[in-house]
Amino acid sequence: MSEWHVDAFKDDDATRQSTQDKAREPSWHRVLKQLDPRMIQWLILVVAAIVCFVLADRFPAIQNYPVALTLPIQAWLNAAMEVFVDAVGPAFLLLSWLLEQAMNGIQAMLLTSPWVLTIAALSMLAYFAGNIRVAILTAAALLYMALIGYWDESMRTLALVLMSVPLAVLFGFLLGSLAFLSPRAEQVIQPLLNFMQTVPAFAYLIPALILLGFGPVVGLFVAIIYASPPFARNLLLGLKRVPSETVEAGITSGATPAQLFWQVRLRSATSTLLIGLNQTTMAALNMVIIASMIGSSADIGWEVLSTMRKAQFGESMLAGLVIVLMAITMDRITRAFAHKMGLPKSVRALGPLHRRIAGPAVTFVAVIVAIALTAYLWPALHRIPEQWIVNAAAPLNAGLNNLITTFSDQIEQLKRLIAFYFMMPLRLGLSQAISPFTWGIEFTPTLRMLYAGGATALAAFLFITGRWPLAIVAICACTVAYFGFSQIPWLVIVGLVALLAWQTGGWGSLLMSLAGMGFILASGLWPKAVLSIYLCTAAVLIAFSVGVTIGIIAARSNAVSTVIRPINDALQTMPLFVFLIPVIMVFGIGEFAALVAIFLYAVVPAIRYTEHGLRNLPASPVEAAVAMGCTPFQKLINVELPLALPEIMLGLNQTIMFSLAMLVIAALVGTSDLGQVIYTALSSANFGAGMAAGISMALIALIADRIIQCWSENRKKALGL
Amino acid sequence: MNNKTQATAPHARDRASTRSVVLSCEHLWKIYGPHPERFMAGGGKTVTASCDEVVASGDHIPAVADISFQVHRGEIFVIMGLSGSGKSTAIRCLARLVEPTSGSITLEHKDFLSASSRELIEIRRHKIGMVFQHFGLIPNLSVLENVAFPLKLQGVRAHEREERATAMIELVGLTGRESNYPRELSGGQQQRVGIARSLCVDPDLWLLDEPFSALDPLIRRQLQDEFLRIQQRLSKTIVFITHDFMEAIKIADRIAIMRNGAIVQIGTPLEIITAPADDYVAQFSGDVPHCRVITAANLMHALSDQNDSANADRLPQVDPDNTLEEILPHFATGTSQVAVVNGTGAILGTISIDRALQSMQGIGR
Repeated sequence: MSEWHVDAFKDDDATRQSTQDKAREPSWHRVLKQLDPRMIQWLILVVAAIVCFVLADRFPAIQNYPVALTLPIQAWLNAAMEVFVDAVGPAFLLLSWLLEQAMNGIQAMLLTSPWVLTIAALSMLAYFAGNIRVAILTAAALLYMALIGYWDESMRTLALVLMSVPLAVLFGFLLGSLAFLSPRAEQVIQPLLNFMQTVPAFAYLIPALILLGFGPVVGLFVAIIYASPPFARNLLLGLKRVPSETVEAGITSGATPAQLFWQVRLRSATSTLLIGLNQTTMAALNMVIIASMIGSSADIGWEVLSTMRKAQFGESMLAGLVIVLMAITMDRITRAFAHKMGLPKSVRALGPLHRRIAGPAVTFVAVIVAIALTAYLWPALHRIPEQWIVNAAAPLNAGLNNLITTFSDQIEQLKRLIAFYFMMPLRLGLSQAISPFTWGIEFTPTLRMLYAGGATALAAFLFITGRWPLAIVAICACTVAYFGFSQIPWLVIVGLVALLAWQTGGWGSLLMSLAGMGFILASGLWPKAVLSIYLCTAAVLIAFSVGVTIGIIAARSNAVSTVIRPINDALQTMPLFVFLIPVIMVFGIGEFAALVAIFLYAVVPAIRYTEHGLRNLPASPVEAAVAMGCTPFQKLINVELPLALPEIMLGLNQTIMFSLAMLVIAALVGTSDLGQVIYTALSSANFGAGMAAGISMALIALIADRIIQCWSENRKKALGL
Repeated sequence: MNNKTQATAPHARDRASTRSVVLSCEHLWKIYGPHPERFMAGGGKTVTASCDEVVASGDHIPAVADISFQVHRGEIFVIMGLSGSGKSTAIRCLARLVEPTSGSITLEHKDFLSASSRELIEIRRHKIGMVFQHFGLIPNLSVLENVAFPLKLQGVRAHEREERATAMIELVGLTGRESNYPRELSGGQQQRVGIARSLCVDPDLWLLDEPFSALDPLIRRQLQDEFLRIQQRLSKTIVFITHDFMEAIKIADRIAIMRNGAIVQIGTPLEIITAPADDYVAQFSGDVPHCRVITAANLMHALSDQNDSANADRLPQVDPDNTLEEILPHFATGTSQVAVVNGTGAILGTISIDRALQSMQGIGR
């Protein structure tokens, strides 16, 4: 028994009591005294929005952007493309031909060489680049591809990746070093890099199709474009981070500018560069898989897509697993390579290069020759015999069907629940979502009044207790929930985004957001864009709240963290495409399936950033809080979460970016937003329509990114982190 | 009680008889490593290994090795050591921010280490105040909110906690900066906030972990004086960590010198300087001019009879707290003796010029 006399724990009562005190105490004149100009701006916006809602019935131009004010942007884009094709088309065809020759060579090599030899060669290379573990992983992954019967398809995909990565690295290197050497070039290249990564992958395919014609080269080309920015970015970052003393030491040792660049700066930036290599490889794989949907190459991505279309989920799962294995293997090899190169020299082998690689090279050649000879004598090692291939698809299909029919009731219930109580209110608003058919009750005028009263009371309470930003958030949330995204006048959305941009990032952000929204409005894509925002919001709300919760738990418990981390790794390395397989299988086609797919992909950054933010807090305030007698909950609410908030907001930012990226892919499962516009344009090779929608999507991403980044930056500065 | 303490700290023992013990620490160990329990005697909770044995085992580090000391009411107990000596771990054990491997801590005659996590929170809220080297202020709270934060945790009402926090801010001389945020203050000002915050719950035990180490020398001296002024008013029981020997000498009632996790010597500043336990301690004390530490009370001969007293009346008078440095100028006037007179005018004793000059070399040598 302990001897301490402990007062009754009255925290909860006490805190509630003190909130009430606070509510009573800072009276109106205190609120008036410290009026924040930003608050006044928001109040003006709220009043203006109310006016818009009231007038929307009488003036439809307020509700929907007038068609008369749109511009034929799609036609302009098509015309510009025609001019461009006329001018440089032949050059691109030549480029296409060159790329095709090179790629055919690699493909032929991978397809004709004995499968055992390929496995041995690639595993050995993985061993030299990394370690024995990645070598085993490589061998296992390749063995799976061979035994499950997708060897040829896998090799075609591999050829595309192997071809695109060096070219993307070269292109990225040129871009990155140009940006480093010339500040003026950097001003052009930085936004270009942003743009190259935020324009949805599908949108790339259309101009590539037009320029290069139908063929596997299209995938190669877009993969190079899409995969080079990460390398350029990391190169630039690495070069900038080289300590000035290192450079000065180089200069005083008499290095020429060229020596300085190659031997001092570049060498110091190696580790960052190798991170870039990893990201570039993963991006290339992702894009190669996405590009396969134009169906010009019989690769593994096409296999997934076509089996999925035929509802052969067993097959598409097996093929999808090939992609997952490929992604994980490539990720591990490049990471192990980066890690190895980052080790100090003494840990690695010493001596001049030719002596270091002599031994491994001899082993490599010897093994290859031995296998080649054996395969010549034993054909089973050359082409994998049919009878060796495991037919796992049939039993898998049966099992999956069984599982889905068993739980179909529950799945239906879940779908209805989310649709009626979450998706519909967000899209159409409670005003239309509540009906006897959906909620089982009538949304009577009395209930409407109650809702409005409750919302007003909540906002007023938050406002009087001095938490005006929360009050504004409450007003916005209640308004959206009542009217739904699709019923909110465009003027209100434009005003809201513009004000957010201005308050967080000043004039630059304001102009950028206005220009961006102007483009979307003028191209006539606003209604589609709002649908995209709606779907994205729905997914982000779920993904972010679930992700932050998991992140908080993972930050507290090492056990949870160890379980979560590999799952996150796997989710993040998987090409976007693969997410659709289980989702369609279980939930069928439709918005709900899209929501689930986006959730699965976008939940990862929320978890990661929250955990990272909470685990890397400045130690001293947290320790002080414990020493003062914080309960764990008080510590979390009062100290840890506020301090980690900027980092968590960056997680929100990533969640939004990931959602938008997935949103485009989710067009495949039947959405009706911008993603669908791009997808349709792709099938009809309508460059203007696809590009306008693609740019719109990118603009949404860029505006959201800018606002959140600026906010987080301001907040970090304010906290002195 | 530790033998060493008894042997080298007669003054502290005197004080122990007059003042009660607030904090007592017995055979405290903190061993970092995969299996610290390996060093405990079979089933028991006491570490039986020696410090060297723990180090020799390879992957274990004894951050705190068998330290024992007592802190009395109203005393400033300074733990002094260089970085890596375990002093920060030691003070963290005292607040149980770090859980000791073994040993006992008694706070106000109760076993602190057996307190449950709930009780621990209550004790931290009401009995312990702590100041941190890097201030530990919460950046999203204003000065007032930071100081009032411990009260908020206890559930004290808003106006009451504001009142008390305002009083504390006044005590540390920051009135007018209540609504500023930590980032808007200088380091010295931030630490004043830290001090105000640690005091606003009126703790029984005040722990200061290198509170002035992160500050510039001038600001540091200023805050040391301020700290002594506050202590004069509040008479807290204090454990103060520092790596600065001069700082320790300046503020301590008693000093514990730590090295490699163990306490090398405990004693008053005078004892540490004049009778260092070993060469390590002597390295620190060697630089300190003795004449700034030795006081008239240390030097004087008590009066033997009435006759002496009559003589002493004619001598120049000094206060018992005067340092040797302050006494020396009197001898320049030609006298060979000074009288030590307390506040009420009673003559306590005399100091001869020979005695004064000899003591420049150190007492007891």
